[in-house]
Amino acid sequence: MYAQMVKSEGKRPGEALSPEEQAFQDRIDAGERIEPRDWMPEGYRKTLIRQIGQHAHSEIVGQLPEGNWITRAPTLERKAILLAKVQDEAGHGLYLYSAAETLGESRDEMTQKLLDGRMKYSSIFNYPTLTWADIGAIGWLVDGAAIMNQVPLQRTSYGPYARAMVRICKEESFHQRQGYHIMMKMARGTDAQREMAQDALNRFWYPSLMMFGPSDKESVHSAQNMAWKIKINTNDELRQKFVDQTVPQAEFLGLTVPDETLCWNEEKGGYDFAEPDWNEFFEVLKGNGPCNAERIGARQKAWDDGAWFRDGLSAYADKQQARRMAAE
Amino acid sequence: MSQEWPLWEIFIRGQHGMSHRHVGSLHAPDAEMAIRNARDVYTRRKEGVSIWAVRSTDIAASSPSEKGPLFDPADSKVYRHPTFYDIPDDVGHM
Ligand SMILES: [Fe+2]
Ligand SMILES: [Fe+2]
Repeated sequence: MYAQMVKSEGKRPGEALSPEEQAFQDRIDAGERIEPRDWMPEGYRKTLIRQIGQHAHSEIVGQLPEGNWITRAPTLERKAILLAKVQDEAGHGLYLYSAAETLGESRDEMTQKLLDGRMKYSSIFNYPTLTWADIGAIGWLVDGAAIMNQVPLQRTSYGPYARAMVRICKEESFHQRQGYHIMMKMARGTDAQREMAQDALNRFWYPSLMMFGPSDKESVHSAQNMAWKIKINTNDELRQKFVDQTVPQAEFLGLTVPDETLCWNEEKGGYDFAEPDWNEFFEVLKGNGPCNAERIGARQKAWDDGAWFRDGLSAYADKQQARRMAAE
Repeated sequence: MSQEWPLWEIFIRGQHGMSHRHVGSLHAPDAEMAIRNARDVYTRRKEGVSIWAVRSTDIAASSPSEKGPLFDPADSKVYRHPTFYDIPDDVGHM
């Protein structure tokens, strides 16, 4: 997902909870929201910073593959739409950074950690956008997968995170629909356009399935995060839901999901499908994906090139402040 | 390393006649930029007709540990609500 394999800082299984920790867990079990100034276990705070920070970084880095096509969008209308979509993603990043900041880590610190590799972003944004159809596939599949995960997170236990999710979910539906709309246009276009759409689906299908992360049925980290309600569903549950929703949409387009084993399983009421290549996933997480270096390079450049601007505005604000003080 | 821009809390009036509501926070060097940034971050779909920006450090807040002493006394004052009073139906709407 946008936050993948979030390591939990909770207690080891079997370790007893202190009275404070127990009271905290009781509040969560009762469906209460935790707010920034409430007491919380250190592990909850740390894990959330990691999760929300990673989610925020994904929104920001996620602008890069799509931004690649803004100047080359096929029509002025598509360009305006893509620009609005990418701007929304910047907004999502900001909502999430400010939610994470309420836990005591500043945005600049988180940015620093992203740049020096101490914090991650979603594996999906390390794949290139080679054709215009990729922009369709990203909206349809990547935003579609993100929605699967973000909708339940609106009920997460941490108030500022839940509220950021509500705001984000309101905006995501447009993202997915504009992507699908591009795919529809291409799938109904010339042979070359149809081939391009199929090729985009071929390349983005498995990376989209990877977004949910490897199976975590047995993971102690996931169990702790689910007890804290900062994770709502298992990775497999969400992946299954995503496949069940997406396959008919691909059929409607007349495109073929690149999985020969794909078939409907009457008994479970869902599709059976092939797992993505998890070795590839771990390689991408380690930094060896097709675009890892390019993405972090772009963020580093933006940070460095923006330094004079951030400093300039700070200096101006200080000067104005000094003038006001002198006038009083 | 340069100083980080301060944090601002953003309040938006959704429509005329409504009160401003807290929508989130953002970083900006000064009040003017805070309002400009708030327009881009929080009102991309006409969510507002007015913006307030307040430095986060200027907000005083009650502490969660005072929740009991501050708010519990209202529990025992049900007579502050109209439903506390039984008025016969014969009186008509009141
Ligand atoms: Fe987003
Ligand atoms: Fe999105």
